[in-house]
Amino acid sequence: MSETCDVLVIGAGPAGTEAALSAAGCGLRVVLADEAPSAGGQVYRAPPDTFSGLPATPESRIGDALRRRLAESTVDTHFGHIVWSVSPDLRVDALAKEGPVSWSARKIIVATGAQERVVPFPGWTLPGIIGLAGATILLKSQRMLPGRSTLVAGQGPLLLAVAAGILKAGGTVAGVVDLSSRSEWLAQSPAFLTRPDLAARGAGWLARLHGTRVPFFYRHAIRRAVKRDENEIEVTIGPVDRSGCSIAGKERIFTVDAVAVGNGLVASTDVTRLLRAEHTFDEARGGWIPRIDADFRTSIAGLYTVGDGTGIAGAAAAALNGRLAGLVAARDLGALTGEAYEEKSAPLRRSAKRALGFGGAMAGLMALRPGQIKSIAEDAVVCRCEDVTRRDIDLAFADGARSANQLKAWTRCGMGPCQGRICGDIASALLAQTTGEHPRSGMFTGRTPFRPLPLTQLLEPVDYSELNLPPPAPL
Amino acid sequence: MMSKNPSQIFDIAVVGAGAMGATAALHLARSGMRVALIDRGEICREASGVNAGTLTLHMTRAALIPYAMKGRELWLDAPNWLGMDVGARSAPGLSLAFTAAEREMLEKRAQARAAMGAPIRLITPAEALRIEPGLNPSLIAAAYCELDGHVTAYMTGRAYRKALVAANVTILENASVSEIEPDGGHYTILHEDGGRTTTKRLVLAGGVWLETMLAWLGLSVPIKCLINQLAVTERMRPVMQTVVGIANGLLSLKQFENGSVLIGGGWQGIGDPIRGGVETIPENLIGNVQLARHAIPALGDTRILRIWLGLESETADAMPIIGPLSGFDDAYVIGGVHSGYTSAPYMGRLLADRILGREPEMPLFDPARLIKNPEEIA
Repeated sequence: MSETCDVLVIGAGPAGTEAALSAAGCGLRVVLADEAPSAGGQVYRAPPDTFSGLPATPESRIGDALRRRLAESTVDTHFGHIVWSVSPDLRVDALAKEGPVSWSARKIIVATGAQERVVPFPGWTLPGIIGLAGATILLKSQRMLPGRSTLVAGQGPLLLAVAAGILKAGGTVAGVVDLSSRSEWLAQSPAFLTRPDLAARGAGWLARLHGTRVPFFYRHAIRRAVKRDENEIEVTIGPVDRSGCSIAGKERIFTVDAVAVGNGLVASTDVTRLLRAEHTFDEARGGWIPRIDADFRTSIAGLYTVGDGTGIAGAAAAALNGRLAGLVAARDLGALTGEAYEEKSAPLRRSAKRALGFGGAMAGLMALRPGQIKSIAEDAVVCRCEDVTRRDIDLAFADGARSANQLKAWTRCGMGPCQGRICGDIASALLAQTTGEHPRSGMFTGRTPFRPLPLTQLLEPVDYSELNLPPPAPL
Repeated sequence: MMSKNPSQIFDIAVVGAGAMGATAALHLARSGMRVALIDRGEICREASGVNAGTLTLHMTRAALIPYAMKGRELWLDAPNWLGMDVGARSAPGLSLAFTAAEREMLEKRAQARAAMGAPIRLITPAEALRIEPGLNPSLIAAAYCELDGHVTAYMTGRAYRKALVAANVTILENASVSEIEPDGGHYTILHEDGGRTTTKRLVLAGGVWLETMLAWLGLSVPIKCLINQLAVTERMRPVMQTVVGIANGLLSLKQFENGSVLIGGGWQGIGDPIRGGVETIPENLIGNVQLARHAIPALGDTRILRIWLGLESETADAMPIIGPLSGFDDAYVIGGVHSGYTSAPYMGRLLADRILGREPEMPLFDPARLIKNPEEIA
């Protein structure tokens, strides 16, 4: 099946859905594709169909409204579709349960968001240890606790959200281990005040945690985790300095059955990296991000990108920028006059700028610090798909590996099923720290497929005579 | 990037750090020459590091069979001469026919290669299925070669780098060349960043980039650039032990020790020598994978993890261009070898022998036959 459309949007989180809605609102034929079963992305994720009667939350209200507007629009939605290839001629290939699909579009808007990062420590791949974002999904959409007793660790606002969510759902929080200091949080308070609603929620979470006497360890990080018996994980934490580097001081041991740990978010840039769009390195905004102009245009003709995939700024900024990106595409396609565009976009631009202030402060607290990379233990697994440790990476460096791609070839780091999505930014940070040059070490080259492609879904067994074989190689 | 000591004059500079250039550089250095190895990227990061790693006689041009057999031995012996195992493993190779026309092609091609010394013989479908139970039983004929196998191509760069460093080769990576000036018995290599490397002798070992490289010397040699698409699956249970192809040469299928299956065979993607491989062609992936799954039906149980593109060069007569460049003192070229990966370490050694004044064990491939405008030589 192959179809054409005016605008194809990849990713139905707040940025992608709003982009699709605003482009469709200008009369364009818009296709919206996502691998999830419905719109909302991670923050506004819909609970499974079989769940009903759940109490409403601020996120569920926004998500439901978004999904309602989408259902009432002319946007042609394709959920459960895994996009696996995007070509420079703006063709998109996806895989659905029913088989392969391809679209060609006049413009593509990439809104693939972010994924979470865990700075590796020995034991981080044990069962029972999950990411903060993963824990959020469990709590929010599945109403599940990570475990009976959970240690919550890492950095950034998700720490508080997850710890408070566990308490609310009836679980126990063994402790909150925060890389940041109290004063670093306070330093962000002017930014918090731009979003009094969110600041109030954060304060509420903190009050609840303190009320139940959950111990807080500021300027601390997990050093290692060991499996004790079937359901018990022994986690050691210790103090760190401002840069996140482990320092001498009292270590504490927790025995829990679950750990939720996360060190911020990394922009998802599979599509822009595949197409060799220009990227820049920006630690405060999630690492390697595509270079875009004020109108979300990448360096590839017809390719726009918006939302957390362009640098971490949060769901509110993503939604506003998404609406703008849809309008820009409509203007560039002639579906909107310059005048009409100005009128519609001006208020959005102002709100987006405000949202960016808050999101930027959050992203700052989630940014990777140099000491965190320095402190990664020699025996910590960096690439969990291929079991590549920090020691393996150091040895490759000693043998002369200077770029992320050379490291990949020499160690298999990033060559497994996740294709470097989990280890890529840590691996290149490790190299960069040793070489002292981030841009030189670079990032893993983008490759298709973006997700593993099951052969059975990709193709039916065919009769041999139907295969279109090229002419033979020379004898 | 420029050499550490700009006044240093190298005995020889090799431009192009693929398997052929790196092998030549290694042997030259071990024989006492001061060698610079120069690449616009990193060692073995282009064709030599991203090809299918098939050691195959089924797909080698008949005339090159004796070279490929030597090259195959060298890959398997890498721990001894290169200093590191690069995952080279011997495995029997099967070339399959599913139609009468393919059977005819298979017979003809197998005979031509056997005549050149490849131990290829035709076997019955029943025999093929005994050797490789994972095959699609609908095959009607097969050619069998005991001397096939595979190399883990991405590991070769590390092995070469270690060996070259140990041999005191000056390695200039990420050092694009913009021009080469022959003057007064020397060659001055000008780098894009303004650096320069001076050398008494010169080897151009650029694969698909040879057309550009030879133009630096004013020579015009058309080199065709093929953009081969390759795909690898996730690790899966053992489903095959042999290297499997089809009669027309457009399938190469093998399972590595870690369980992943590599699917290649010269299906094309989009790219060029300047940008490298740029874009995969989904139809070609689907065609290649359909063919692979037809040959080994169990592949239906796995998933494709990664698709990439590797460049392959071909000269006008699809034969190698290896030897001295006439009209120039001590300038040499090496490349354009069909299924060249198998032969690479041997070809590199032959050229090194020639440069060192030793009689090469087998003949080289005179560049003069391909050079269009010898009168343009400066």
